Amino acid sequence: MSIKIPIGPQHPALKEPENFTFTLDGEYVVKVEARIGYMHKGIEKLMESKNYIQNIPLVERICGICNVAHTICYTQNVEYLYEKPIPRRAEFIRVIIEELNRIHSHLLWIGIAAHLVGFDSFFMYTWRDREVVMDLVELLTGNRVSTALMTIGGVRRDIDDDKAYKLRKGLDILEERTKYYKKIAEDEKSLLVRLRDIGRLTPAEAIKHSAVGPTIRASKIKVDVRADDPYAAHDEVPFNVITYDTCDVFGRLMVRIDETLESINMVRYCLDHMPSGPIRIRLPNAPPPGESVSRVEAPRGEDIHYVKSNGTDKPYRYKVRAPTLGNLSALIEMLTSKGDYLVHVADIPVVLGGIDPCMCCMDRSAKFIDPIKGKEWSLTWEQLKLYAKRKWEKEGIKAKCR
Amino acid sequence: MGLINWARRQSPWLLHFNTGGCNACDIEVVAALTPRFDVERFGALLKGSPRHADIMVVTGAITGQVKNRLKRVYEQMPEPKFVVAVGTCCISGGVYRGAYNVEHGLDTVIPVDAYVYGCPPKPEAIVKAIEALQNKLKALEAT
Repeated sequence: MSIKIPIGPQHPALKEPENFTFTLDGEYVVKVEARIGYMHKGIEKLMESKNYIQNIPLVERICGICNVAHTICYTQNVEYLYEKPIPRRAEFIRVIIEELNRIHSHLLWIGIAAHLVGFDSFFMYTWRDREVVMDLVELLTGNRVSTALMTIGGVRRDIDDDKAYKLRKGLDILEERTKYYKKIAEDEKSLLVRLRDIGRLTPAEAIKHSAVGPTIRASKIKVDVRADDPYAAHDEVPFNVITYDTCDVFGRLMVRIDETLESINMVRYCLDHMPSGPIRIRLPNAPPPGESVSRVEAPRGEDIHYVKSNGTDKPYRYKVRAPTLGNLSALIEMLTSKGDYLVHVADIPVVLGGIDPCMCCMDRSAKFIDPIKGKEWSLTWEQLKLYAKRKWEKEGIKAKCR
Repeated sequence: MGLINWARRQSPWLLHFNTGGCNACDIEVVAALTPRFDVERFGALLKGSPRHADIMVVTGAITGQVKNRLKRVYEQMPEPKFVVAVGTCCISGGVYRGAYNVEHGLDTVIPVDAYVYGCPPKPEAIVKAIEALQNKLKALEAT
């Protein structure tokens, strides 16, 4: 006999309103259905009604945690349209802020993962030390979370010697603490029992479901946009792509701890090798017509933005593809028992948390729902074209659909 | 009644509900619970179920999908209940105002007792809102 358990939209295991339906056979999960769309706000449509500068704060609020990745992706996407390089110093500052953002995001996740397995003292320790990096971000940008540093053509604030000195001191503390966390994660038996062989994702499955970020890197596949398609100053800043072959939540934890250490070294390298010069160039308000795609390695994985410009000061179409959408189908694979791999109900929160889900990034799609008839449906591209054609014909306008 | 109100004031239990925000306010709410800011020194504790909670901390813009669920969660809370709206999007729609799936403020859906401004607000501001609610209870007790 199988039982269905709905989880969400409001549930202590989920930090964001999403709905999952688990079908259980005794103690094991046999089927998972995700119902997304609770966070859909209509940002892409709203962006079409604002100009490129007004869109920067909006893009920043696609996701509050990885806001730097989204703003870098947006600004460099628009800069590609102008086809003008931005100052080298601005690119270095972008990398510094991006890596600080990654440190904060990973430390946050380490704490949440510890909380999900019931290791609350570890959660409190990481969040206490995370305040160090929050203070550094506040020192450099003036804000704790939403940095508001990027602008089209460069960055808005410079890093002087005094700030660089304070930044180095903070990084020393962070490095020491992160090494301590690595020791805990490797040695602490109660943590290992809860994380080892939980949420299995084999390399073949990871590729099949197009997982991204630390999730795929924990399955021993080297995928990192910073190395594969360098942007900003990443072509110069050296770093190692961290992979683990454990294919479980423990591997994802270790990938994130090691990436935090890598990011600390990257920030130090940037501070040492930062060229002098301007931090911003002025660009005209309206970019030339064209299309462009930009990719950025957000803390959760590959973030893709697409823009289409028609020569006015507002984007004609903007599309965001956030990393969690790629990880979601891999997540469903991880949560389904098959063969000798069994998923217990008690492991659901930690597997769910293992991909570091950021639902607000990902909810860009919409589904048609008729609440009176209780009907749900979605349209294919062909159906949508037909729908548009009929609608315009009803109003007496002959539509031409390509 | 004096004893009950005193107990209520000293241990307000929080329910955190994200209604479709960008997570920035959420991490600041969680940061308010952790050692640097430590809202627990005012007796506040994060709870999972609306039936155990006294204060609902709402973060994020209210999307069309979440609106009815939010009302239901609010109705499940026992009296007396309080609502704290955290962040500009929750108060007025903020940066998403004008988007087709966003309500213009939490107070158009359920009554609100305290507003915390900022995008995202600092954890200190959230702690202050909890303290303000405690003072409100104190005033109720006096009358």
